[in-house]
Amino acid sequence: MSVLVVVEHDRGTIAPATLEACVAARALGEPVHALTIGVAADGLVDVLAEHGVSLVVRAHHDLLADYGPEAWGETVAHEVRRSSPSAVVATGTDRGNEVMAQAAARLDLPFVANCTEITPGEPWSIQRVRWGGSLLERCTLTAPVKLVTVAHHTHEASPAPASVTTETISPELDASLARTVVAERVERAAGVTLATAPLVVGGGRGVGSADGFGPLEELAAELGGVVGCSRAVTNNGWRNHTDQVGQTGTRIAPDLYIACGISGAIQHWVGAMASKKILAINTDAEANMVTKADYAVIGDLHQVVPAITAEIRRRRTG
Amino acid sequence: MSEQTVPSRATVVVIGAGIVGNCLVGHLSRLGWTDMVLLDKGPLPNPGGSTGHASNFIFPTDHNKEMAFLTVESQNQYIAHGLNNTCGGIEVAREPQRMEEFQRRMTSATAWGIDARLVTPAEIKEMVPFINDEILLGGYYTPSVSVVDSLATGTLMREGAVAAGHLSVFANTEVLDLETTDVPGGLPKITAVVTDKGRIEAEHVVVACGVWSPRIAAMAGATIPLTPAVHQMADVGPIDVLVESNQELAYPIVRDMDTFCYERQSAGSMEVGSYAHRPILMRPDDIPSNEASALTPTELPLTYDDFEPQMEQAIELMEMLGDAEIKYAINGLLSLTPDANPVLGETVEVRNLWSAAAVWIKEGPGIAQLVAEWMTYGYPHMCDPHGSDISRFYPHEKTEWHINARCNEHFNKTYGIVHPREQWASQRGIRRSPFYAREEALGAVFFDARGWERPQWYESNAELMEKYPEACEPRTHEWDARWWSPITNAEHLQMRASVGMVDLTAFNEFDFEGPGALGFLQYMCVNNVDVAVGRSVYTPLLTPHGGFRGDLTIQRLGDDHFRVITGAFDGGRDNYWFRKHLPTDGSVTFTDRSQGICTVGVWGPNAAATMAKIVTDHTTAPYDLSQEGFPYGAVRDVIIDGVPCTMFRISYVGENGWEIYTRMEHGLKLWDAIWEAGQEFEICPVGIGVYAVTGRIEKGYRLMGAELESEYDPVEAGLARPKVKSADFLGKEAYLKAREEGPAAIMCTLSMDSQRCADGYDRFPTGGNEPILTLTGERILDAKGRVSRVTTAGAGPSVGKYLLMAYLPPEHAVEGTKLQVMYMNERYPVTVERAGATPLFDPADARMKS
Amino acid sequence: MRVLVCVKRVPAPGAKINITADGQAVDTAYLAFTTSPHEECAVEAAVQLVEAHGGESTVLTLGPAAAEEQLRYAASVGVTGCVLLPIDVADWDPQRTAAALTEAIRTIEATDGTFDLVLFGNESADSGNFQIGVRVAHALGRPMVNGVKGIEIDGDSVRARREAEAGVEVYVLPMPAVLGVKEGINLPRYPTMKGRLNAKKVAVRQLTASGEPGGQQMVTLLQAAEQVSETVILGRGADAASAVVDLMEELGLSK
Repeated sequence: MSVLVVVEHDRGTIAPATLEACVAARALGEPVHALTIGVAADGLVDVLAEHGVSLVVRAHHDLLADYGPEAWGETVAHEVRRSSPSAVVATGTDRGNEVMAQAAARLDLPFVANCTEITPGEPWSIQRVRWGGSLLERCTLTAPVKLVTVAHHTHEASPAPASVTTETISPELDASLARTVVAERVERAAGVTLATAPLVVGGGRGVGSADGFGPLEELAAELGGVVGCSRAVTNNGWRNHTDQVGQTGTRIAPDLYIACGISGAIQHWVGAMASKKILAINTDAEANMVTKADYAVIGDLHQVVPAITAEIRRRRTG
Repeated sequence: MSEQTVPSRATVVVIGAGIVGNCLVGHLSRLGWTDMVLLDKGPLPNPGGSTGHASNFIFPTDHNKEMAFLTVESQNQYIAHGLNNTCGGIEVAREPQRMEEFQRRMTSATAWGIDARLVTPAEIKEMVPFINDEILLGGYYTPSVSVVDSLATGTLMREGAVAAGHLSVFANTEVLDLETTDVPGGLPKITAVVTDKGRIEAEHVVVACGVWSPRIAAMAGATIPLTPAVHQMADVGPIDVLVESNQELAYPIVRDMDTFCYERQSAGSMEVGSYAHRPILMRPDDIPSNEASALTPTELPLTYDDFEPQMEQAIELMEMLGDAEIKYAINGLLSLTPDANPVLGETVEVRNLWSAAAVWIKEGPGIAQLVAEWMTYGYPHMCDPHGSDISRFYPHEKTEWHINARCNEHFNKTYGIVHPREQWASQRGIRRSPFYAREEALGAVFFDARGWERPQWYESNAELMEKYPEACEPRTHEWDARWWSPITNAEHLQMRASVGMVDLTAFNEFDFEGPGALGFLQYMCVNNVDVAVGRSVYTPLLTPHGGFRGDLTIQRLGDDHFRVITGAFDGGRDNYWFRKHLPTDGSVTFTDRSQGICTVGVWGPNAAATMAKIVTDHTTAPYDLSQEGFPYGAVRDVIIDGVPCTMFRISYVGENGWEIYTRMEHGLKLWDAIWEAGQEFEICPVGIGVYAVTGRIEKGYRLMGAELESEYDPVEAGLARPKVKSADFLGKEAYLKAREEGPAAIMCTLSMDSQRCADGYDRFPTGGNEPILTLTGERILDAKGRVSRVTTAGAGPSVGKYLLMAYLPPEHAVEGTKLQVMYMNERYPVTVERAGATPLFDPADARMKS
Repeated sequence: MRVLVCVKRVPAPGAKINITADGQAVDTAYLAFTTSPHEECAVEAAVQLVEAHGGESTVLTLGPAAAEEQLRYAASVGVTGCVLLPIDVADWDPQRTAAALTEAIRTIEATDGTFDLVLFGNESADSGNFQIGVRVAHALGRPMVNGVKGIEIDGDSVRARREAEAGVEVYVLPMPAVLGVKEGINLPRYPTMKGRLNAKKVAVRQLTASGEPGGQQMVTLLQAAEQVSETVILGRGADAASAVVDLMEELGLSK
């Protein structure tokens, strides 16, 4: 028996969460196989081998040239039927969960999303994320093949080199599944995104206005970061929802999150808590964000933020 | 933050950083307090209590003097901070009774010097163009109505104290325990506040925790009787007309009085609040934590079923509200108390543990100052706090049972029309005298006196009205006749003609015994209590500032044994006041005997003849009841029909007679014996309507809480004796100064020259602070800025006049002076009948002593 | 066009979510209930689609009788039909929920006609199972895309946009189709007072919920481990800038 990891990638670029899924899969104590979907992913064999995958199954089909939830889900279902793994592990991301849901529906199997801990047995005992991470749920999974996704940022990717073999399959996909393959793509301007940036400078109600974000933009630009915001900010119309960090916005995991004038309501905290370090800048030393942060500067963000930018520039030139 | 730890010592720890706690530390700082600590469990500036979601508007008019004063004072403090946004306010009427109430409000506004006027529906429409004036009868417009910034005011007050170096502030700090230490022979004393950031030893602790106050006080074993209750509020918008105004408050606040709702502009949207829904009470322990609350702990989700009727009414008043989006809607928590007044002062259970709770935004800064003065001076200077004094509550009034029953009853009266004599419907029959069954059989109409059921009048006396037809005319206006009966006047005249008996069981009796009793009471009382055994003294009790703190009678029952007799309404406050000052050296014991003693008063020309039939000594020999043998003011143990009793020759109604006390279990026997003996004199059961109003006012007797308040001194009340005793007593210095300076106002008895209103019938002021005006209609202020207003009003059946009591400045306090009284916004001519304590009826007191 | 929105009644908690003593549910003693945020946006999307294209919108929920509140909330912002699948617990497992919703949709469509669009939220706020809409779509044989932040009707198809790491993906689905909507697609309107009052009068159709329990069963809820950290104060005001940049260098950022 084996555990099958569904490799998340975007036209050949692997999603980091895949490697986290490999860690969780290895912990199940069975050989780890991986399924790459589409020719574009053929080049991922080495990195998968590096992370403990002993067999990479490469699915090739015309419909798999780009992402399509139904085509991908059908491909996973096909491979499960073909190779009968004991479990399938995918990423706890938008795509990972969507593909796994599609596969589960097709296989008429249960699927447990966003697991943090898996204890194999019969049934499996699983701990998973609820309420965006505020709560956990312990549940059981009873199924001939266990389908799970691994909650993002709960496992740290770590190499475990393995010797790897590959295999190529051609799943039978109904032409109609083209209906949910990406039809067009509007490329976003180059650069980092909120979800991937190493530095996020977040602004809250304390920023005071749309214009107040100028100094935050400057600081972010100085270090190749991006600007995020709290829900209060989008509610006030100061920034687009796309910039919102939070439970219903974007989850971020930068090396440093600088939260400026953000009180730290839970909805925001849930989106920011995966940050490696958090620095809060706030006039109120007792603000929730300050008490939860790793570091804090007590003061008016309108003075502190420009001073930081100036200090960075001073050291560069000096 | 974990690095923050609280100091180990403080002079005072104030718990709660809402409007009250913040303003309190500010005022204490100004009064010289240092080393203070302010704590709150929540974050700053909005820790999550009621202040944070308050609608923050102030309508200054209140019929209650204390609350009106504190409200106007508070508004002035907000103005001083520059955080008072004046927008005006209109209370609108849909029902005719409300228009009557507006006349009464005009009267109160005149008394307190508040600018207000009545407006027509058209005038309302002009000020509030989006209102549906077709459903309105009129309005009461107050230009000074404002919206204040309570969070910012609190922050300024708090930061002022911090800047002065007097205060440390700790937010996100939870109080885990209040520690007390037992004081032998006295009340336990607060010693420390234990928080999650450390323990603070404190000399004083103030609970300013709003809806959480009962929970915090209970940590020290003290009771703050209030309940969290829901006030529903929704913010709807945006609304074009409001957005276009481009102002926070372009339109007056509208109080839709008959639907118990208000509409208050908040920039582009409207806040709609309601006091119309069913009372929704909570327990302090059930309020969610800051962390578990979706908004804050006191902003609970709106229960729409309760709010929907108000939405319909709001749309009826302002159609545009219907299409506005409900952006924010809460069941906001606020504090309700059994009598709707705040709960202020030192707790009766624990020394130096203070309550500053159940306070609204409109009165917060003023009350903070009041409590600060109380803590600093031993009693407030700015106004008499007796209506809010935490010690007013009797034990049964501090139960959740009572709190909930009364709050359930009065919640919907928040915007209601409440009569000055209005009776509670709930929690009745809690305390009954042993005479209750007889009284009930006589058709007694019972009024509530802090739980006691007291006959106000007896329907069985209805036929007496035929005997005194002129005095028993019915009152034309329903308001004047409400909670009143002409039977009272018949009872009054029958008592004066023959004899009446009055149930006075609601009295409180406190015994002081021990070698220190005399010295202690000398210290507490103005008058000399070192009288012969078997004699008594009437005396005021003063505040340190020399104002009235109480008035009562003290009987000397033995060399080292004194008994205080005091009324039902102030019994709790007096009990506390004595116990607070009681020496802890064991030289005096205090015993509250009130629960074991019943009292009946027998007065009238035939009182002595009635009692002579049944009073004996222990040997069954008749007792000498003559004025010589048993003089006025004497106290004697006797036997009445076999029942051991104490008789006290005294009168509050101006007739010869006695207060007669016996143990509760003997009460019925005593009543029956007097009743039986009095039959040949047509003895009349007499209600409190006579005892407390008509009989008293004819004699000009002053009542604590009405004529006697801490703002006035004995010189002004006409109660200063010719000499001052040599012994030191509380307030003596101030009292001596007051005697030297002379009165700035003098308590007077006035009569109404005409009671005829514009509609052609007679009106009868209720004694609810109606202002006394000059003949040109100006309100009268004395040199200390106190307004002349009616403190008691009532018929004087024996003098044939309708009487008023009021303090007047010396220039007006001249017998024969013609003035006016305003009642229901009409003016009536009055004459000063008496300036000072001399009674109008029987000025020489001959009847009591004959 | 005919649009159906499937919603779930969930508590609206604060920063800390308390669990009942038996561990089976969130302690909702003093919490309001709401519609999951993504679904609130789905409701708004449905109302906007009908405003733009005509037709009617219906809201469907599987939940306790009290979930009628969420149906009426949807009605108060413009949804015209309400259907409740009452169950005697807060929710069912994902497979069973999907089966019951599928069955209900078939029942409604059998009499009222096919829904051009069935909208779900991306995931429910409480359970976050990320699969109900997908399962229903598959059972109905309809295309489904989750995470949608833009909907345009183009003849017989619907263009659905969603945000991905690299940019915006556009899907073109033939209708009838199923979409999982994500917050940010619109700013949901609040109900008006009139809307609230009118919603009281809307009829709620009740259908019987049916479905067999699936393979995922909850045992208990747990609090996530609290992150206890001591905040290091780097300084006050602008003077702290130097310490902040030191930290950035230490983290390898300021290069």
